[in-house]
Amino acid sequence: MCLAIPGRIISLDNLEGMMRSGRVDFGGIVKQINLAFVPEAGINDYVIVHAGFAISVLDEEEAARTLEYIAEIKRAEESGDGEG
Amino acid sequence: MKYLDEFRDPIAARAMLEKISVAASREWTIMEVCGGQTHSILKNGLDRLLPRRINILHGPGCPVCVTPIEMIDRAIEIAQRPGVILCSFGDMLRVPGSRRDLLSVKAEGGQVRTVYSPLDALEMARKNRDLEIVFFAIGFETTAPVNAAAVYQAATEHLDNFSILSAQVLVPPAIEVILNSEDCRVNGFLAAGHVCAITGYSDYEELVENYHTPFVITGFEPLDILQGIYMTVVMLEEGRPAVNNQYRRVVRRDGNPEAKRLMGKVFERVDRKWRGLGNIPGSGLGLRAEYAAFDAARKFGLEQYEKEEAGECISGLILQGLKKPFDCPAFSERCTPEHPLGATMVSSEGACAAYYHYSLTEFQRIKKNRNE
Ligand code: SF4
Repeated sequence: MCLAIPGRIISLDNLEGMMRSGRVDFGGIVKQINLAFVPEAGINDYVIVHAGFAISVLDEEEAARTLEYIAEIKRAEESGDGEG
Repeated sequence: MKYLDEFRDPIAARAMLEKISVAASREWTIMEVCGGQTHSILKNGLDRLLPRRINILHGPGCPVCVTPIEMIDRAIEIAQRPGVILCSFGDMLRVPGSRRDLLSVKAEGGQVRTVYSPLDALEMARKNRDLEIVFFAIGFETTAPVNAAAVYQAATEHLDNFSILSAQVLVPPAIEVILNSEDCRVNGFLAAGHVCAITGYSDYEELVENYHTPFVITGFEPLDILQGIYMTVVMLEEGRPAVNNQYRRVVRRDGNPEAKRLMGKVFERVDRKWRGLGNIPGSGLGLRAEYAAFDAARKFGLEQYEKEEAGECISGLILQGLKKPFDCPAFSERCTPEHPLGATMVSSEGACAAYYHYSLTEFQRIKKNRNE
């Protein structure tokens, strides 16, 4: 029920209120998704989808920040001097 | 895949495990409140990789699992009526009611259909105006806005042959019941990322204030979960509980205003019974008076009644974090995903199913040791 995989919006097909929808690409699998809850989302944005609805737009800056943190602790691990 | 593989990196996971190990000076019990996270933990073996000092408990975060038996009986009652199609998410079909499940109703010719979204049910209502289409609306705050959208759209289009059987529940009141329980062993919580994507986290701030227990809003990939656990441990060690947000890429402080607005327009809080947790005041969502015409319980004049959970299934205790699936005498013997005795083995988000799929060898090893 909960598709935790972020998908990328590849088209906006219907722009009408509660039925605002578009096609979303989940790594090759494309689905028609309702976009009414993410009015700010546009093409190429990543969204989190639940039961056919996008419920959140992925914040790419925040994702980059988390990934940088992950990279940092990974570097520490690889160089063997992990600060623990 | 972008924004996915990076959060599954094994070297980074090892580094994070090391950080947790160094940070935890004593035993801590942490509960994850989402079935999706339960599965991620078991699937990636995080429960076994974590230091023994960190005990992970699984909470009531599977909507199929917490739906009480009488709700399933009511869905069955509706499905047996002529001229009705009952739609539901797939797992609900196999959850045993007090005498039978929806799948057996379907096998006997009852109109029961599996849908992926309530919008599919809405489409069915548009196409079959001579039939009553009922959507069995289970789920937490993540699903409720979606259900609200279906009802709102049905009202807009005057689809008077569409209704929902509302079994929707809210997470914070259930957490409060767990925290208030005398047997509560939980020191900190991983809050469900997608529930908070909708609601934001002010409710959790209130819980921290009242119970001095830390919450970390956490995502679903292995690194998300490990980082969430690390953040929880740090707060516990420092004795400074707060709400921290590990899942910043998806969850904002105020949640999703559009989804919240619609949810509030269509639904209001009602008392609701949970499997394993009993009746929790204000923990459910029912239709507001303006949308009462879309309430299947009203439309079909269903009675209110209480049913006691019978049989040997201990899923109620598992949902409260008091027992784990391995503690159930029926686990993997009389109860398997093919022949489930309880909802936690049926549901793809249930704890028993997660242990069965990913930890069966571990269970057999433990059992062998027990017998020797
Ligand atoms: S193993 Fe089966 S019987 Fe035991 S608690 Fe889980 S679902 Fe219930």
